[in-house]
Amino acid sequence: MRALKFLLQKEFRQIFRNTTILRVILIMPVIQLIIMPLAADYEIKNINISVVDHDHSAYSRQLTDKILAPGYFKLNDYGTSYPNAFGQFQKDRSDLILEIPAQFEKTLVKENQANLFMAVNAINGVKALVGSAYLNRIIADFNAQIRANWIPNPQTGTLPQIEIATLNRFNPTLNYPFFMVPGILVVLVTMVGVYMCSLNIVKEKEVGTIEQINVTPIKKYHFILGKLIPFWVIGMFVFSLGLFGVARLLYLIVPTGSLVALYGFLAVYLVAVLGIGLLISTYSANQQQAMSLAFFCMMIFMLMSGLFTPINSMPNWAQVIAKLNPVTYFIEVTRMIVLKGSSFAHIQQQLLVISAMAVFFNTWAIWNYRKTS
Amino acid sequence: MSNPQAVIWADKLSKHFGEFVAVNQISFSVQKGEIFGFLGANGAGKTTAMRMLCGLLLPTSGSAAIAGYDVYTQTEQIKQNIGYMSQRFSLYEDLTVAENIRFFGGIYGLPDKQLKLKTDELLHTLQLHTEAKTLVSALPLGWKQKLAFSVAILHEPAIVFLDEPTGGVDPITRRQFWDLIYAAAQQGITLFVTTHYMDEAEYCNRICMLVDGEIKALDTPANLKKQHQAQTMDDVFYHLARTAKRTAD
Amino acid sequence: MKRFFAFVRKEFHHVFRDPKTMLLLFGVPVAQILLFGFALTNEIKNAHIIITDNAQDIASKQIAAKLAANTNFITHQKQLNPQQIEETFRQGKVKLVVIFPPNFNHDLLHLQKAQVQIIADASDPNTANTLTTYATAIIMDYQKQLWQNTNLPLSIHTDMRMIYNPELKGITNFVPGVMALVLMLICVLMTSVSIVREKELGTMEVLLVSPFNAVLVVISKAVPYFFLSLVNLTVILLLSVLVMGMPVAGSWVLLYAISALFILTALSLGLLISNVTNSQQTAMLISLMGMLLPTLIFTGFMFPIENMPLPLQVMSNIFPSKWYYIIVKNVMIKGLGFTAIWKETLILLTATLLLMTISIAKFKTRLA
Repeated sequence: MRALKFLLQKEFRQIFRNTTILRVILIMPVIQLIIMPLAADYEIKNINISVVDHDHSAYSRQLTDKILAPGYFKLNDYGTSYPNAFGQFQKDRSDLILEIPAQFEKTLVKENQANLFMAVNAINGVKALVGSAYLNRIIADFNAQIRANWIPNPQTGTLPQIEIATLNRFNPTLNYPFFMVPGILVVLVTMVGVYMCSLNIVKEKEVGTIEQINVTPIKKYHFILGKLIPFWVIGMFVFSLGLFGVARLLYLIVPTGSLVALYGFLAVYLVAVLGIGLLISTYSANQQQAMSLAFFCMMIFMLMSGLFTPINSMPNWAQVIAKLNPVTYFIEVTRMIVLKGSSFAHIQQQLLVISAMAVFFNTWAIWNYRKTS
Repeated sequence: MSNPQAVIWADKLSKHFGEFVAVNQISFSVQKGEIFGFLGANGAGKTTAMRMLCGLLLPTSGSAAIAGYDVYTQTEQIKQNIGYMSQRFSLYEDLTVAENIRFFGGIYGLPDKQLKLKTDELLHTLQLHTEAKTLVSALPLGWKQKLAFSVAILHEPAIVFLDEPTGGVDPITRRQFWDLIYAAAQQGITLFVTTHYMDEAEYCNRICMLVDGEIKALDTPANLKKQHQAQTMDDVFYHLARTAKRTAD
Repeated sequence: MKRFFAFVRKEFHHVFRDPKTMLLLFGVPVAQILLFGFALTNEIKNAHIIITDNAQDIASKQIAAKLAANTNFITHQKQLNPQQIEETFRQGKVKLVVIFPPNFNHDLLHLQKAQVQIIADASDPNTANTLTTYATAIIMDYQKQLWQNTNLPLSIHTDMRMIYNPELKGITNFVPGVMALVLMLICVLMTSVSIVREKELGTMEVLLVSPFNAVLVVISKAVPYFFLSLVNLTVILLLSVLVMGMPVAGSWVLLYAISALFILTALSLGLLISNVTNSQQTAMLISLMGMLLPTLIFTGFMFPIENMPLPLQVMSNIFPSKWYYIIVKNVMIKGLGFTAIWKETLILLTATLLLMTISIAKFKTRLA
């Protein structure tokens, strides 16, 4: 136990002495947590539209006004030439072209039916779908309005109508950062844990000090604990800094669920994450190798965690990968506890899985560590 | 010539890495307080042999004991009784002189009081009092190595293993380093030194020449020179090493 | 020149002898393309929803059947009270609850008006919004069926065409993004680390005292990564053409030329990082922690930049990957020529020259 005391003393001294790295692992996550959630917004707004109006009638102008009124659409250009509009489209200045044919108003009134043409830039498929749906809804409204003007006593009044009442729980204003902050915080804490732990241990290998340690009577598990405990403490600290510093003060996110459950899960989760870092270090001879492995793992962890894209939408094989990913569970649990007020009872299953992972990764790492030295 | 009573004792010790025989049936013994030189070209198997004796590497066959402890089964006891300083610099560069002393003393289980005493004594001997709070990375190489050696004998081990301890150091500092080694030997510490420098070989009580993993010569420097009718150890070494088939690294 | 090639060869050896570095160089792009191509999508599919049907009449059952038939939903029938709904959301699996009041069909036919309630777990606003929209569309569709017999006057009909990506595949948007992301991260990471590594191990001094121009030493470290990045680019392109079935609409030559420029930009940034840091750990943490998330987000392929608050839109301009992403989209997907991308190219060129100048200047003063 005395040896452990000296090891911990040494580790903390080394960590606090290197102010550059300390700044990187404390300030960078905070800055990123401040900025990223504002940028990671899926809500589709500010769709640029080009209107090609061959009609120049009262209707065509009314329609244009109606499209621009709610604020989703921004008029990029209004003209009479489709090729011009398409040029804007190619330059990515507009996402959507609405072409109103000549004689649109007349045709509609005379023949009871008229056509519009819409071209959508579909490189970003989701944006295209949502944008065109918005536009269709506005055109349908415009249609109903015209109908009402022409037929003062519309028969639609007697048709059965289904009214839909929507209620958004936990986040009634559909505030996007509210959802992103906990997820990004989890990824940042995971990065700090995996990178710091794996690089630090490998550095001792690369510099040669680990050989010195190996000829001393220090027990292997003392050495490993001496490495894991400081990074565990740092992980706890960075998470708290993000949760209470950035999320609470800046984004006004108040954790609604059990903090005990959240920190209990975090404690186990960090052991699992540091186990992965340790494992990476046992498979690497130098820092460059450790970095390569750590980056590869971290990238897959991040993409497959449900941080940006929903896991349920993935094909089955990918869902399996997501289920083997520790980050998935912590993001899920953090969002549940912080946003929905879940408690211990709701996260039991996740806690069980993450505990198993913590045991698994650390056992593997220690087994491999023994074997190589 | 193997004597189980010796401080270091090896009998037909071998290490194979797959097909490759790094160390082939070496036998020797080292007495208490002796300065034992271990010489050989790069790749001759010096470091492998030393790692086996320190308990870092398990031998393939043969037997060996360090301070009476078996290298197969009693590695923990061995570690308690040896000091080690490797060719790659072995102190923490981002800790200060005093912090390094405290750390290595601490993990060998020195009690706090003794730790403080030893630290003062060591700083005094090395005349590093003013540098106690200096980071090791800021010290000149010669001082670093003297410090590393002193740290390696801090816990008063029976044996100290030195793996090319004076690499890259100027001749004056090397001389000072050997003064430290002699002083340690005076205290009854046994020193096991590998080196490239043939002038250093002259300082040893006895020398063991390793060629292609086998012992080609083992005697005092004077006797070796006589046997090979050579003026200097350089000539002896050249004469023996010529027979090597292995290329360095 | 002979010496220069000797140095370059040495660098190639470093890379090819180490399978873990190869994993970083080639594993990362392949994994990214495959994940973005086959696993990741912004769409919301297979969402678990609960239908609480208090009416159990013909209309509610027909709507429930329509919801169940939709592939976006996995429906479960369950009678839940408000507290139970809350509890279900807390468990995390169910995202939406659709509630039919008692007498739904009766109200609909006799009062001409009936209400359906949709309650969404909006902790994920995107999912909530999308699922609500889907459900609303399905219910509206049912209402339209009820109206079918009536022929409405004055109908406006809209023809719609999806351009560039008619099947609305996610990969079309992702490939250019992945190219920008991968080239950026790997170039910066590998160059900065490989140079700092030499500094840390002391071998840099050996190289610098050799009768060999110092700047050339640094360039020789960058050359292998330049070629490896081109190989990398080829791997990504082949995967997207052959595996993802996504052709290159524009000129291959132009695409490679611009990519080479972008790789230079990234390499210069790597050089700069290596000049301002002196330990591998610092260089790695800056490149890894500091760049992964910001590059992913500010390149603009996951989250549209025009959605961001103005200061962040301005900030996104300093990410070279953003400009490269725009260029690749134009050349590869839209098939446009150089006239469409000269501005972005100029920006990349300026950035490269700027970064190079700063790092060479820094490098010289460090030696003095």
